[in-house]
Amino acid sequence: MQTSLPDSGYALIVKRDCPTCELIVPVAAELVTSGLPLHVYSQDDPGFPESVSDVVDDRELFASWKFQVETVPSLIRIENGAESARAEGWHRGEWRALTGVESIGTDLPEQQPGCGSMSVDPGMVEELMVRYGDSSAEARPVTVTYPMDPVEACFDRGWSDGLPVVPPTEVRLLRMLEGTSRKPNEVIGDIPPSMAPCTVEKAALNAVMAGCKPEYFPIVLAAIEAVLEPEFSMHGVLCTTDFVGPWVIVNGPMAKRAGMNSGVNALGQGNRANATIGRALQLVIRNVGGGRPGEIDRSTLGQPGKYTACFAEAEDAENWTPLATRRGVPQGKSAVTVFAGAGVQPIWDERSRVPESLAMSFAQALCAIGHPKRFGFHDAMLVISPDHQRIFSEHGWDPDRIREAVIGYTARPAAELARGAGGNAEGLLPAQIGDAEVINKFSPTNQLLIVRAGGPAGLISAIISGWAASGERGSSPVTKEISV
Amino acid sequence: MKAQTILLDPTDERGADMRPRRDPLPSLEGKTVALLDIAKARGDVFLDRLEERLSEQGVGVKRFMKPTNTRNSPAELNQDLAAGADAVVEALSD
Repeated sequence: MQTSLPDSGYALIVKRDCPTCELIVPVAAELVTSGLPLHVYSQDDPGFPESVSDVVDDRELFASWKFQVETVPSLIRIENGAESARAEGWHRGEWRALTGVESIGTDLPEQQPGCGSMSVDPGMVEELMVRYGDSSAEARPVTVTYPMDPVEACFDRGWSDGLPVVPPTEVRLLRMLEGTSRKPNEVIGDIPPSMAPCTVEKAALNAVMAGCKPEYFPIVLAAIEAVLEPEFSMHGVLCTTDFVGPWVIVNGPMAKRAGMNSGVNALGQGNRANATIGRALQLVIRNVGGGRPGEIDRSTLGQPGKYTACFAEAEDAENWTPLATRRGVPQGKSAVTVFAGAGVQPIWDERSRVPESLAMSFAQALCAIGHPKRFGFHDAMLVISPDHQRIFSEHGWDPDRIREAVIGYTARPAAELARGAGGNAEGLLPAQIGDAEVINKFSPTNQLLIVRAGGPAGLISAIISGWAASGERGSSPVTKEISV
Repeated sequence: MKAQTILLDPTDERGADMRPRRDPLPSLEGKTVALLDIAKARGDVFLDRLEERLSEQGVGVKRFMKPTNTRNSPAELNQDLAAGADAVVEALSD
């Protein structure tokens, strides 16, 4: 491996796989013959160009990296250890002016653009930053010696949620950090339950393991910030015996740019962004916060959404205001909303053609969450499919109108909800009923969120049940604008 | 193939960077000890004597043996060890 560069003279960086480098082979020979102190570096073949006898093998790209070459051929003049001039590609006038050799390239075209340097091939920049010590990762290095499989090493150290993770190498970290302008050592917040500080770098390492692409990373960071807001109560969401985990709903142009799914199978598998953004959040809780099942995570049953639970809202519809906009984020901005949610409960209604009937179906299904006699405890998220939303829209109903009607239809006689009523021990205490004659499932202390998602066919919607300790007693949804 | 891969710790780094060893049992009373013969010569001599001493103390003993010393123990044997004993003594022989 090279360890030094010349203090003076000329450096010519070429690669055989470049028509312009092939073109200037005679010029390189002319320059050597002229007595110019020329050092030729070849990126892909130390036998190229044949016309020069002492080509420097730069297949490790040391010189190309140190000279910050972006184009080949590059001809660089070096004086007193520093670059004083450079020509990229072939341009006869420039090369003659740079070298002072007026006879070169007479038979060549006046100019020809060069090719991309191998040192700036996709993914190579981060490789070279690590190889030549220009990175500044602060996380503790962990050596995995061959033949141990790095994926298995991650399992062994408890870094996985049970599925294979992408091994968090420094190169992958640097690529992930390209997704944000935030400094790697910036502290996002303290992650429960251990309240360990989470830097952007730690978040990036977990995003790497989850399988995120760098363009997802700002969404991950916003989701982390959202669950750390006190009203979300991430510690409680983690340690409860309930089923819940953080669901992440993404609004705005970043959801589209990341290729998130808001359509067919939006709540299911198969989309990388949906799958890995939610997983990255869970891995941060696990690895930085120390929130592991059986330890602080005391969920009695859990649910598959605790691996990952993330989707985009299908915003583009008449009479529809996106969730984040309803929650105060300016339209056109990107945002995440986090909701402490359990699994998905289906609602089938293929007969309703007027909004009142459909709202009634939703209300009846919503009354069952948690327990049919537990009113005023659970939040819920109602995920309305395009086919169902169209029925509302055709009658001019927007999300607020739908919400108001659905909550209204959940009203039940208070006497039916009392503990012991109907021979069922569950239910409300007298103090919780007070002098009310009817009670709604959703009271001012809990919330019903409404979002739109799903494929273009199917008179089907869904409920994502909230935590039994919703609202001020536990967790409230939080919306955060995404910044890059 | 790389001789080694450097990973960066994604945790809060409050734990050891090496995988921690499990704590030894505070006592063998009421416990079962697996004696694992890795199938090398005279490993059984050592384990026979160990079995005698443990049995004298009332400690439960189970004997296991690898099919060959030249390969990792099969997954089924590992599972039997984990499920059937509180501790393992492995006779490496030589």
